[in-house]
Amino acid sequence: MSLQITCPHCGTRPIEEFTYGEIPHVPETLTDLDARDVDRAFMLANPEGETTEAWFHVYGCRRWLKLKRDTKLDRIVE
Amino acid sequence: MNEFMEKQVKLSWHAPKKGYDVVIIGGGGHGLSTAYHLAKRHGISNVAVLERSYIGGGNSGRNTTIIRADYGIPEAVKFYQRSVELYQRLEEETGRWIMHKTKGMLKLAHSEASLKTERARALMNQAFGSDTVFVTPDEVKEICPQIDLTCGGTLPVLGGSYHRTGATARHDRVNWTLAEGALQEGAHIHQNTEVTGLIMKDNKVLGVKTNQGDIEAGVVISNAGGHVSTVCGMAGLRIPIRTHPLQAYVTNHFAQTFDPIVASSDLLFYVSQTARGEMLMGAEIDRQPSYNRRSGFDLLQSCSYRAGLLLPFLKSLRINRQWAGSCDMSPDYSPIMGKTPVENFLINTGWGTWGFKAIPVSGEQMAKLVATGKTPDLIAPFSLDRFARDRTMADRGSAGTH
Ligand SMILES: Cc1cc2nc3c(=O)[nH]c(=O)nc-3n(C[C@H](O)[C@H](O)[C@H](O)COP(=O)(O)OP(=O)(O)OC[C@H]3O[C@@H](n4cnc5c(N)ncnc54)[C@H](O)[C@@H]3O)c2cc1C
Ligand SMILES: [Zn+2]
Repeated sequence: MSLQITCPHCGTRPIEEFTYGEIPHVPETLTDLDARDVDRAFMLANPEGETTEAWFHVYGCRRWLKLKRDTKLDRIVE
Repeated sequence: MNEFMEKQVKLSWHAPKKGYDVVIIGGGGHGLSTAYHLAKRHGISNVAVLERSYIGGGNSGRNTTIIRADYGIPEAVKFYQRSVELYQRLEEETGRWIMHKTKGMLKLAHSEASLKTERARALMNQAFGSDTVFVTPDEVKEICPQIDLTCGGTLPVLGGSYHRTGATARHDRVNWTLAEGALQEGAHIHQNTEVTGLIMKDNKVLGVKTNQGDIEAGVVISNAGGHVSTVCGMAGLRIPIRTHPLQAYVTNHFAQTFDPIVASSDLLFYVSQTARGEMLMGAEIDRQPSYNRRSGFDLLQSCSYRAGLLLPFLKSLRINRQWAGSCDMSPDYSPIMGKTPVENFLINTGWGTWGFKAIPVSGEQMAKLVATGKTPDLIAPFSLDRFARDRTMADRGSAGTH
């Protein structure tokens, strides 16, 4: 069975109802303003392991939620 | 090393040296091809390929082996056309059988929008040296008699493009051939050797840390496939890559000959026949980013349903095997090759779901970059700094899958 996401409004629903969104995080060490813009637009953490991400319940309440997922196992942690 | 491979290629074992002129992280097709071309074309053989598992154990041994140059932007057509040609002569060059076979590739259109795309593709390909023509439904049927042009009455075929030089080759043989060629010239390949960190001084890479000890390097090239973000992270470098799984599967033997490679972007699937007669199929990447190589029933169900509309005979076959690989997806669906802001650190990534076909040309061009210090014209448009320069190379329609 495919992954299930628990939406605070709609309950536990199949992942197909949601779209994925990465939470952008431009590193503090990047100080040049142009470089920060480029990073914000394109660069990704793409972490291997546990990470916090945003999902949009597109075929449901149409609201964003946050969850923790392990990208190595593709399992929702919380 | 696995037993089967040992019989195919005499991979000689060397103790790792203290340092190499070039260290390549990742023993997939791209890493091996770079080592091969460095040695063969430029006499640079003080080179090591470091592979954390076994060579070809990543996507280079998991793909559906389609080789083609029918891309949607001029820079890509020229680049992939070079690779189509290098593949055509790889057997002659190496004296090894890679089971290369020119099959021709059909891309079908089931909507007016797709028809326009395919017509434009054919014209653009011809202008830049790739052999693609526009075809009518009758011509489609002639090329591939098994196709149901009505598509089960749901999405009739309106036409398409036919890429006459589309081909396939056996992936393992390609990997081993390049590995053997590199070894013969004196390069080293270290399997079970995982790069765990980079040795840096300021903004300069001086070597790699591995589970087998530290190794100094003049130049380090990341060819780590889906794990490229982790490797670049070791250099403090952020890149525009997201790793998604891509699945594929094969059926049991189909008793007829099925000549061409057939793809449909409206139906979102592609299919070809392997040398064993199995039907080999794939579709789109899994929607959520992940490093998991699990494959599941969802894809089998949805892809087989769509495939069965176009090719009804598939319904009588059974699925034998399925698998997945971790794909390094770039935001513009084009590869990222060449220099980075970190000194002595090159990357070769963004191969997503379509990099098998590029193994010869990317190795050739990356080797040229290392040997000359200058980015070759053929890959200059694909450099990492294109994102900062606002010169992305959007080519989703052609790169999408395979
Ligand atoms: C199901 C599927 C179907 C596909 N179909 C096609 C197709 O029809 N046509 C096409 O052109 N392309 C296709 N592709 C894409 C193609 O397979 C890849 O783009 C290509 O193989 C990438 O080669 P690579 O050498 O960059 O990566 P890989 O072959 O993945 O090699 C990367 C290697 O790096 C190693 N590595 C990673 N991290 C480290 C580390 N820290 N230290 C040491 N080693 C490390 C890995 O173990 C791996 O062996 C498909 C892919 C998949 C998954
Ligand atoms: Zn909801």
